[in-house]
Amino acid sequence: MSDAARQRQEPVVDRALALEHGLTDEEWAKVQEILGRTPSYSELGIFAVMWSEHCSYKSSKKHLRTLPTSAEHVLQGPGENAGVVAIGDGLAAVFKIESHNHPSFIAPVQGAATGVGGILRDIFTMGARPVASLDSIRFGPLDDPRHRYLLRGVVDGIGGYGNSVGVATVGGETSFHECYRGNILVNAFNLGVVEADRLFLGAAAGVGNPVIYVGSKTGRDGIHGASLLASAEFDDESEAKLPTVQVGDPFTEKCLIEACIELMRTDAIVGIQDMGAAGLTCSSFEMADRAGTGIEMDLDRVPQRATGMTPYEMLLSESQERMLLVARVGQEERVREIFARWELDAEVVGRVTGDGRMRIRWHGETVVDIPVAPISSAAPELDRPAREPVELHERQKLDLASVAPEDDAQAALLALLDSPNLGSKQWIYRQYDQLVQGNTVLRPGGDAALVRVKREDGTPTDKGLAMAVDCNPRWCWLDPCRGTQAAVAEAARNVACTGARPLALTNCLNFGNPERPEIMWQFREAVRGLSEAASALGTPVVSGNVSFYNETSGEAIHPTPTIGAVGLLEPWHRHAPSHFCEPALAIVLLGETREELGGSEWLALRRGIEAGSPPVVDLDHEKRLHRLLEQGVAAGLIRSAHDVSDGGLAVALCECSFGAETIGAEVELAGSLRPEVLLFGESTGRVVVSTSSPDVLLAAAQESGVPAAAIGETGGERLCIRRRTGPSGDSAPTSEPQRGRGPIWIDLPVADLRVVWERAIPRRLETP
Amino acid sequence: MFAVLQFPGSNDDRDTRFAMKSVLAAECELVWHRSAELPADTRAVLLPGGFSYGDYLRAGAMAHTSPIIASVKRFAERGGPVLGICNGFQILCESGLLPGALVRNHHLHFVCEQVHLRVERARSPFTSRAAEGQVLRIPIKHGEGAYFAAPDELSAFESRGQVVLRYCDPDGRVCEAANPNGSLANIAGVANEAGNVMGLMPHPEHAVELAIGGTDGLAILGSMRDAVAAGASA
Repeated sequence: MSDAARQRQEPVVDRALALEHGLTDEEWAKVQEILGRTPSYSELGIFAVMWSEHCSYKSSKKHLRTLPTSAEHVLQGPGENAGVVAIGDGLAAVFKIESHNHPSFIAPVQGAATGVGGILRDIFTMGARPVASLDSIRFGPLDDPRHRYLLRGVVDGIGGYGNSVGVATVGGETSFHECYRGNILVNAFNLGVVEADRLFLGAAAGVGNPVIYVGSKTGRDGIHGASLLASAEFDDESEAKLPTVQVGDPFTEKCLIEACIELMRTDAIVGIQDMGAAGLTCSSFEMADRAGTGIEMDLDRVPQRATGMTPYEMLLSESQERMLLVARVGQEERVREIFARWELDAEVVGRVTGDGRMRIRWHGETVVDIPVAPISSAAPELDRPAREPVELHERQKLDLASVAPEDDAQAALLALLDSPNLGSKQWIYRQYDQLVQGNTVLRPGGDAALVRVKREDGTPTDKGLAMAVDCNPRWCWLDPCRGTQAAVAEAARNVACTGARPLALTNCLNFGNPERPEIMWQFREAVRGLSEAASALGTPVVSGNVSFYNETSGEAIHPTPTIGAVGLLEPWHRHAPSHFCEPALAIVLLGETREELGGSEWLALRRGIEAGSPPVVDLDHEKRLHRLLEQGVAAGLIRSAHDVSDGGLAVALCECSFGAETIGAEVELAGSLRPEVLLFGESTGRVVVSTSSPDVLLAAAQESGVPAAAIGETGGERLCIRRRTGPSGDSAPTSEPQRGRGPIWIDLPVADLRVVWERAIPRRLETP
Repeated sequence: MFAVLQFPGSNDDRDTRFAMKSVLAAECELVWHRSAELPADTRAVLLPGGFSYGDYLRAGAMAHTSPIIASVKRFAERGGPVLGICNGFQILCESGLLPGALVRNHHLHFVCEQVHLRVERARSPFTSRAAEGQVLRIPIKHGEGAYFAAPDELSAFESRGQVVLRYCDPDGRVCEAANPNGSLANIAGVANEAGNVMGLMPHPEHAVELAIGGTDGLAILGSMRDAVAAGASA
């Protein structure tokens, strides 16, 4: 150990310390082999973090390689800060979803806030202005005071950051389940818009170019967030990890966004990267690695908010709102000027070198000297064993004949509307600024959000971008492959319901501990499902994130592959909302209802059973459905479109009635299926649409090969659903539902249904 | 020219410019908060919404010390129209150009939703396109929007007709149920005594396009445009 190291009171680096840092024996050997010596303490910290699960994707990358990631319209697939797709006329959409699960469980407000901050930086680091956020959040049951506290905190964090930074939160999803009691999920999605020829990548190109640090000063917060917090499961002592959670400052982020966008309009910079997980270390290694260069850096020049920080702390700090950029030689002053105007630090901390090494000095001493390429190319890649859970077959068993039929459909409907999973999420999204930037066409509460695209100079365009995030974790638990296909299908269908054409996907794969073969099997199956569905729908996966170790004391969450879909609608003003907007329109159900109740909300809520196979996913049908919706909305034939999902058709019809204006419906359902299947079954690939020309729509559906049936009419103040008697109209589509006097299943004022639905979450939060 | 002030942390600055420029076809520019003077051709000033300086000390408390505010005060003294929206309203109250203050919403949550506003005064450069008693539908989005003023101050400016907008129900009734944030007397917008400075918490710039939130915001921003046009031709 050098004298200086002794002065810093750094621990002796040996095998025991390496293991403590999360390295395996094999990895420790590899570190020594790469360096030809024992690493310094700072170097050990770097290897540990770069080879952590969170940064290296060591358990997942073998599988992620199988995903379809390219298409003509894909400008950038996975591997950069975010994915990019062309949307025409020289414009591109940049988007990604990322998890911030562990920090949010420990410190919900800051955890969620910094999750939003992190994903925004991934977007504007590409040169795009972030325009819309979505959030997928999951908690344990609300009868647990801890989860009421977590929900309040997470919503506060998302709103507090997103509102202040001036980016609209336009949608998302929220669900509650026992499996999240020890591990909540906070997945943040953001989408930005950029002129395609102004895209920036995170590469440290050009030997001799200055490396500039911009944004907040570095402090001691968040050290080991990536390696310890995100790469290990929780136990009873997780509270002790509180200091690893970062603290967010949305005001600095807002200034950083404006300063970066201003700077990117000049030709001063060649590459830029967010300092996210593992901060300065990860950003500099990734930038050098992408360009095949090296970097020499002087830590004494790094702006610091704490005194006496060691190199180890500076390199591993995850202080928020910081970026690393590489400018052209001679442009340093220009960069400084722009950042000074926004009252932000911009310091030249180093230079790009041509020798492929990362050389970091501190107090005149070299504390890090590592070859860049091996740290990524020699990064461990694991082929972890996978084994189907033994209890899976048991889980999938469901004998419908033994499930007692629903004897009170009205009570069932009210119970479903009152459940936090299906109830209105207004309590959540009214705390978010949904409007800033002035582009929000379809606000939260519908299937997908729709945002009009403006150019950076403020010129409005005819383009609209629709986006949605979805996952049914119970289905993924029952069958991870099919469940993931269903999540892809639902996200894309939600986007298609607005009239948009689905373009591409992003994904956030939340799973338990990958060291357990059953979890690895779930993961592998989910990736297989994602791959198949993305290929079939022609929507490549352009970005994403994997979050493992979502378990506490050996109890894993349900596999939760959150899927984000983005679609293009042009012109945007030809769109369909999800709710009825006019009385006396025909209601048409697109898609087919099958005898499926496995994994449904009705089965869980009314019978206490979580079992069976999730509904079949017919990807070819979904593709046909997308085209029909796109054409139908463009032609003005489809006036509203709402996807049938959790809670089935009866719940979907309620949601259609809950627009700004209450519009009821009279519906008759044909077919010999059990009432609970017709009302509450969750067969996929179905959409409730309203139209003034049912004959034309039914003909178009038949031509497209999409099953369709007229099931009723909008209007009135009641929702009435009954069985249609007489000959079944299943096979031959007819526009006139026969007014048979079948038994009435549901006949309630929409206002009464709405109150129950609106109160589902607030009433549970009223208990402190 | 309409000057939209830009502070670090302004969020609706570009949206306000869009409403004036792209929708109302008026000349409009962003003016940086550190400028010592408003541009010479300034005919009206807009202070946009957002979180200037993160609202860290108190909403608007730091922005009101920006150099440009002195110039805005001189502009207002000469009778120039000045409109503060949301954070801009908070800044105008902090700077003393408007009476009262905006405090944390009574329910303690940020709230983003459509509200209804009753126009209490139509003879003003900000409401001339509306009729007295007319109901406007405009969104709010704020966490600190509860209007407060001392009782004697309130009754004094109430009697002078300085309350321009009040939260109401869709039928124009001013009632507790229609008050989204606990504002005193349902006040959503107030003017100064001379009537040329106004602040409001709702966001008219987010109600200027039929398919994106409706066009009721034009009753306010359009009136301002008319006032400037009339001033120019006078």
